[in-house]
Amino acid sequence: MRRSRALLAAGAALSLVLTACTTDAPTDGAPDEGAETGTGGDWFDAEEYEAQLAQRDIEPEGPEDEPWLQAIDPEYADTSEHALEGAEREDPTVCFSNASVSNPWRVTGWITMQQQVEVLQESGDIGEFRVSDAADDDNQQISDIQAFVDSGDCDAIIISPSTTATLTPAVETACESGAPVIVFDRGVNTDCMVSFIHPIGGYAYGADAAEFLVEELEPGSKVLALRILPGVDVLEHRWAAAQRVFGDSDVEVLGHEFTEGDGATIKDLVTQHLQRGEVDGIWMDAGDGAVAALEAFEDAGRPYPVISGEDELSFMRKWEEEDLTALAPVYSNFQWRTPVLAASMVLDGEEVPEEWVLPQEPVTEEDLDEYLERNAEMPSLHYAKFGGEDLPGYPEAWQDR
Amino acid sequence: MTATGVPGTLRRTGAALAGGGSGTVYALLALVFAVVFAINPSFAQPPSLLAFAQQAAPLVVLAVGQYLVIVAGELDLSVGSLVGAQVVIAARLIDGQESATLPVLLLMVAFGAAVGLVNGLVTTVLKVPSIIATLGMMLVLYGAVRLWTGGAPTGALSEAFRTAGRGDAVELPLLGGVPWALLIAAAAGAAAVALMRAPQGRTLVAVGDNATAAAFSGARVWRVRTLAFVGSGVLATLAAILIGGFAGVTAQVGEGLEFSAITAVVLGGVVLGGGRGTVVAAIGGALAVEALFTLFNQLYLPSTIQPAVQGLIIIAAVAYASRERSRRSPRAPADAGGPEKSPREEV
Amino acid sequence: MSAPAAQRPTARPGLPRPGTTGLVYLALLAVLLAGAALAAARGQELLTTANTVDLLTRSSLLGLVAIGQTLVILCRSLDLSVGYVMALSSVVGATAMAGQGSRIWLGVAAVVLVAGLVGLANGLIVTRLKVNPFITTLGMGLIIKGYLDTRYKGPAGDVPAEFQLFGYTRIGVVPLSFAVMAAVAVLAVVFLRRTRTGVHMYAVGGDAEVARMSGVRADRPLLAAHVLCAVTAGLAGLLIAARFGTGSTLVYSSGYELESIAAVVLGGTYLLGGRGGVGGTVAGVLVLATLDTVFNVLGVDPFFKDVLRGTVVIAAVALYARRQVDRAATPPRFPPPPLLPPLLHRRTGGRP
Repeated sequence: MRRSRALLAAGAALSLVLTACTTDAPTDGAPDEGAETGTGGDWFDAEEYEAQLAQRDIEPEGPEDEPWLQAIDPEYADTSEHALEGAEREDPTVCFSNASVSNPWRVTGWITMQQQVEVLQESGDIGEFRVSDAADDDNQQISDIQAFVDSGDCDAIIISPSTTATLTPAVETACESGAPVIVFDRGVNTDCMVSFIHPIGGYAYGADAAEFLVEELEPGSKVLALRILPGVDVLEHRWAAAQRVFGDSDVEVLGHEFTEGDGATIKDLVTQHLQRGEVDGIWMDAGDGAVAALEAFEDAGRPYPVISGEDELSFMRKWEEEDLTALAPVYSNFQWRTPVLAASMVLDGEEVPEEWVLPQEPVTEEDLDEYLERNAEMPSLHYAKFGGEDLPGYPEAWQDR
Repeated sequence: MTATGVPGTLRRTGAALAGGGSGTVYALLALVFAVVFAINPSFAQPPSLLAFAQQAAPLVVLAVGQYLVIVAGELDLSVGSLVGAQVVIAARLIDGQESATLPVLLLMVAFGAAVGLVNGLVTTVLKVPSIIATLGMMLVLYGAVRLWTGGAPTGALSEAFRTAGRGDAVELPLLGGVPWALLIAAAAGAAAVALMRAPQGRTLVAVGDNATAAAFSGARVWRVRTLAFVGSGVLATLAAILIGGFAGVTAQVGEGLEFSAITAVVLGGVVLGGGRGTVVAAIGGALAVEALFTLFNQLYLPSTIQPAVQGLIIIAAVAYASRERSRRSPRAPADAGGPEKSPREEV
Repeated sequence: MSAPAAQRPTARPGLPRPGTTGLVYLALLAVLLAGAALAAARGQELLTTANTVDLLTRSSLLGLVAIGQTLVILCRSLDLSVGYVMALSSVVGATAMAGQGSRIWLGVAAVVLVAGLVGLANGLIVTRLKVNPFITTLGMGLIIKGYLDTRYKGPAGDVPAEFQLFGYTRIGVVPLSFAVMAAVAVLAVVFLRRTRTGVHMYAVGGDAEVARMSGVRADRPLLAAHVLCAVTAGLAGLLIAARFGTGSTLVYSSGYELESIAAVVLGGTYLLGGRGGVGGTVAGVLVLATLDTVFNVLGVDPFFKDVLRGTVVIAAVALYARRQVDRAATPPRFPPPPLLPPLLHRRTGGRP
């Protein structure tokens, strides 16, 4: 009895297979063979490194007081095929697949994006803004993107990938749906999207920080590197560039430690390094917990190090209070505005840069006061270059997040 | 203490230190410190040791709390989330005002106790296994606190709040500053030792050892276990005060601490499933976990390899302890097949 | 832990008491109906093709892990290393395949071998070195994490297009991966009911001591459970690789270990071993996946999702926990005193 039932089920399954087999896999599925991030080997790409360092000195095109609309060396792509006409152009649905809002940088950017969306909704440039959040789970984000494609409602799809290599097939699927796809922040190993929006990049960030330390420190000084976690490309690029810069200098790197951005871990590690010997400089791949690192010096009764943090406010306030020798490299938070603006432009058929490289300038001693003043009302763990001062929700939206 | 006097106490302490497989943790602790001193003699100086004590204090407090729950036969996975939530709550409510410190501290303790109470009641009254009950609590706390703060902590801690985790209580002539954290952790440890000596402590162990037998002898099992969870919640709050004080507010504070605390307790020879092990050994386990990190650091061990070495050492230490235990304890009939309880204890 | 079950280990001892698995499927139905109603109230449809595919894909991944987890939990053990085994397997599989269709079987074989070895190590440490499974598998996870972080810096390997079909092909609304998961589930059920080792798993979990005295060697089923658990986690890793087109080391931070345990318990398997089954686990997985799909359709705030997930898991387990044996009863070290069995019977609602 049982066996015959099983046979029946197998037969039914087989006939289903024969009649209804479909695949949602991207048709030209093979990922880029040569993509350096997909091989798991060395994170250092000399060509890209040089390109990013050079981009730091290029004057970006675009409106001067709106850095989120500026672009470095843009090559414009024709988007007329995506232009919506007449009634279709009214209230188009824009879908956004977000990797997560699991750290303060993403929280800040996400608020800015929502504010920008409200402006565009007021003006009727976009209608519904549909969002899914993958909570840092790549598989979830693949499903999210698939769901957007399947719904057929999205007139444009914006993607902030959680991991470069793993999201490539999903982004290709989105491209094949016909809707214009805009990727920002981390990239993917494909160029099927209409525009890839990002600040200059990790190499420039890491090099800015490392060059500053090399310049400010005496030869033979000791530098400790504090990193969040391994295996994330944007962070690995920062460290790869720093290693390159430190390697060419007289500065000694004591080592690098992973902290997961946890203040207690950071303070613990720095304290231990101080117990063992001198630490003259601190290089960080992200500013989370920079204040905790500095407190370790205070509590050990040592002079402050030369430090590179990030444009996060608690660090910048500490910098001013204690008159540190410091730099705040920036991974431009205002990039969260650009994708929605780009989506609106694409739907109008306006051309947008294929690779939209946004400016990325560190906050230095000279403009520290200016940025502190502009953000005086903002809470800690807010990012100075968030670029939302002209949006209607300013400042409350960022204050009571 | 009153009946047997000091010698009896000493003997008991000695037995507690050596017995039940917890000897391994002291050996491990001594070994790690010996290696650290050999590599870096300056670490043996009082300031370095006191700094170590300050860093280890939160985990010690957490381990004591986790011990209470584990020895009663349960498990508390929510402590990491609770620490994170408490620090974020403190920062948001205090928002840099010194005057708000004390009320907020009291509120935190109440909140910690309430979380423990919910964990305990869900486990004992609703009969949800504690691993699931506290896992659920972990998710709820993680989500709720981020929902409340919009994803990233806001506000700031006051100087007074930070004193406990960061400041020195007294300045001693030879030693230098003795951190508050050390005194607080020591007080929490001493209180726990006193509790475990008292009848309530014995009931706690008895409940973890054999709840049915304990129930027959008049213990109210559900109440004892619920109180253990409340203890864990309050001690997690204390740990949050120390961690927040030590390093301030970051978004990731507290993450993964539940596993560190459980590891510390088990490393101390306390048996998951309850009924065995001493609180002193659990504290030893916490110190050993912290000492291992110090060792890795002093050895300049590449940070990517550290978890692997940590995993190996933990497994090896627990395996060794379990060998010692089965060798020492006379083989009771019920014990003959397995070493301690059974493959997995009553988690 | 009631004695009758353990003393007759070969007489289909550990089938869940009538009702437990049924209750889980009722819960699944309830979640589906509630979700559909909520979605309908907002003018949306819950089980569209896209949502169903999404739901089933989601369940196939967690399902594979949870099936293995069921086996170890039945043996009164648990495995906290599954997330790390998944990450390792995805990388091992993707690198072994190296983008060539002809090397797919090499990749699969490598994964089964590597994952099996990890499981074997877990099992041996638990049975021979007598280390608590919690610590064993936590430690093993750390060891794998250390290896992955040192050896691979991020995603590695390349999955050929043919194998990506494993992650994307579907038959009607049923993804191939879900069919594979279902097949593994059926195999596991047959294994538990029809093979010696499988039946012994219930006995070992019921009470290792009694099982030993009645001639069951506790080590072997436990060892087998750990190996099988690691292998199903390996399969989940392969599915991940097929979905991502590459191996991903960072999968280990996705929390599959605790989620799979939650699914198993949600499926009515007794956390103290000896009672429950794979059928319930699959329902438990579907409940969790349905919840996620409902949250997505309703556009629930990501942080609020965690709150709801935590509450629902606790509430669901609480709902049918009452039907299970009082957890406080009889730790294994002491055989139940003579007084106890009748009492236990009353509490469990009288097992046959």
